[in-house]
Amino acid sequence: MPAPQPVEATKVSNLPPAGRRAEPFLRGSRGETGDRVFKVAMLLCGLAVLATLVLIVSELVLRSGPSWHAFGFKFFAGHDWDPVNEHFGAMPFVYGTLVSSLLALLIAVPLSIGVAVFTTEMCPKALRGPLSFFVELLAAIPSVVYGLWAIFILVPILSNYVEPFLARTLGWTGFFEGPPYGISMLAAGIILAIMIIPIISSITREVLMVVPQHQREAALALGATRWEMIRVGVLRNARAGIMGGIILGLGRALGETMAVTMVIGNRPEIAKSLFAPGYTMASVLANEFSEATGDVYLSALIEIGLALFLVTIVVNALARLLVWTVTRGQPSRANA
Amino acid sequence: MPDPTQTSALHTVPPIALRRRITDHVMTGVAVLTVILVLAPLFAIFAYLVYRGVGSINWAFLTQTPKPVGEAGGGMANAIVGSAFILALASILGVPVGVGAGIYLAEYGRNRFGDVIRFTADVLNGVPSIVIGIVAYAIVVLTQKHFSALAGGVALAIMMIPTITRTTEEMLLLVPQALREAAYGLGIPRWRTTLSITLRTATSGVITGIMLAFARVAGETAPLLFTAFGNQFWNLRADQPTAALPLQIFNYAISPYDEWHRQAWAGALVLIILIVTAVSAVRFAVRRGTFGAA
Repeated sequence: MPAPQPVEATKVSNLPPAGRRAEPFLRGSRGETGDRVFKVAMLLCGLAVLATLVLIVSELVLRSGPSWHAFGFKFFAGHDWDPVNEHFGAMPFVYGTLVSSLLALLIAVPLSIGVAVFTTEMCPKALRGPLSFFVELLAAIPSVVYGLWAIFILVPILSNYVEPFLARTLGWTGFFEGPPYGISMLAAGIILAIMIIPIISSITREVLMVVPQHQREAALALGATRWEMIRVGVLRNARAGIMGGIILGLGRALGETMAVTMVIGNRPEIAKSLFAPGYTMASVLANEFSEATGDVYLSALIEIGLALFLVTIVVNALARLLVWTVTRGQPSRANA
Repeated sequence: MPDPTQTSALHTVPPIALRRRITDHVMTGVAVLTVILVLAPLFAIFAYLVYRGVGSINWAFLTQTPKPVGEAGGGMANAIVGSAFILALASILGVPVGVGAGIYLAEYGRNRFGDVIRFTADVLNGVPSIVIGIVAYAIVVLTQKHFSALAGGVALAIMMIPTITRTTEEMLLLVPQALREAAYGLGIPRWRTTLSITLRTATSGVITGIMLAFARVAGETAPLLFTAFGNQFWNLRADQPTAALPLQIFNYAISPYDEWHRQAWAGALVLIILIVTAVSAVRFAVRRGTFGAA
């Protein structure tokens, strides 16, 4: 006896046209104009965001033209940075940026994961809030204040205690030799590590919290200790997201300017020892851009800026993709 | 039938379990150690900031302009005001655009084009601040032919926009659809609903987003190096080079003079205090004013 149902269904599907016909009467013409004006105004704001990015790209590309024509791909392979003879090679800066950022990751990753694991899996509930607040407070300190602290506290500690110690124990590797001035690639790596820890640890924490509770319970039910539960049940499932956090941290480290400029020594050389001074892409811009004379010099600097821009975009896009697959999508859960 | 051998087997700890237990304890210890290692620099930074800064802040520091090298005294009054000026310019330029773009994304942007803008905002958020400085230099400084507060304001505004856009969107989406529908039902046009109902309901969240963006750019130095440039004297003209607190801290920190180092610490302390007060003042005002309950 399913007799009345089809009739009702057709009635409902007939409704929308009637509603649409009633709209002008309800809104009145003034609302229509206002709506259109408002929508266009908001759209312009949205377009402004788009335009800003287009502007950034076009300015960087156009203004780095002279340098691109003069040096081509060799720009990034050249070792000389000679503003007087207008001969520019960006290799030392690329090297400095990569080494200081990787060094920062090497220090920051274990620490950040440790903090995230502690706050989500180990510590008493009452401590969670304050702990993550303190770690995020690290992110609120301006870069220049980190640099100030690094110059007057970190660098003396490094040159008096840490670097002599490293030279004695690990000097044979070649990474820790030379005079321990403190101002060095090592100092840059450490200060960068302190700056990216909040990013990596807060994203790792988010990702760990998304891991389903039953994964933990299953591990515990199989007789795992707490650490085994964390390793097998939690960290394994969060791999992709943690990777995303790490890459996001890398993106920040690559573009970080002030603190690095203040402690890295600013010398365009490629040295194996981490005690030697270096130079990064961002810090050469900070130091030389406002004094750059001559079109080629200026455009060489802008080309470094363009490279930095492209690299950070790729790195950030990759990171976001990884974090998204964990916090929103299904693929990572399907793998687990 | 209770079997004594079986129960004892359950209670004795096999050697492998002991090793697992030790690993468990060691890893807990390692985690605690990482927390200590991470928090140590935080406390060290704040402790030194207060220790070195408090002794150096005095009336002269807050009211005078910098003295030439060798002369004691002087202060960063012009840099403090300059920073406020540049930040005001940045907010005037950045906040309306950011909030507008956020409104667009939340109310009209549930489509392909909205996704493009959303992605653009995320990309902009990751652009290194020094690169934004270059672009502001290219657009404003090269057009005006000299460094200016406006150029600094433009650079900081570009940095503020993506944060404001994304938080505004998120906050507007939290407003229940039923509120909008209730307004439409009363015959209120859409634009009026968005402004007076949706945006108003989300005010405190939107302002929090704005303050986040503000706090983020307030301490920025890199994009000001070749836009606002710095100035030893008072300046309140948008088309002239202007001193800024972070710039002054940077210049004094890398100088070889003890007196300037002292002032750099004082400046850093003032900078952090200003950021924290600005953010908490606005949050407090928002909570008390518009939303007693929020």
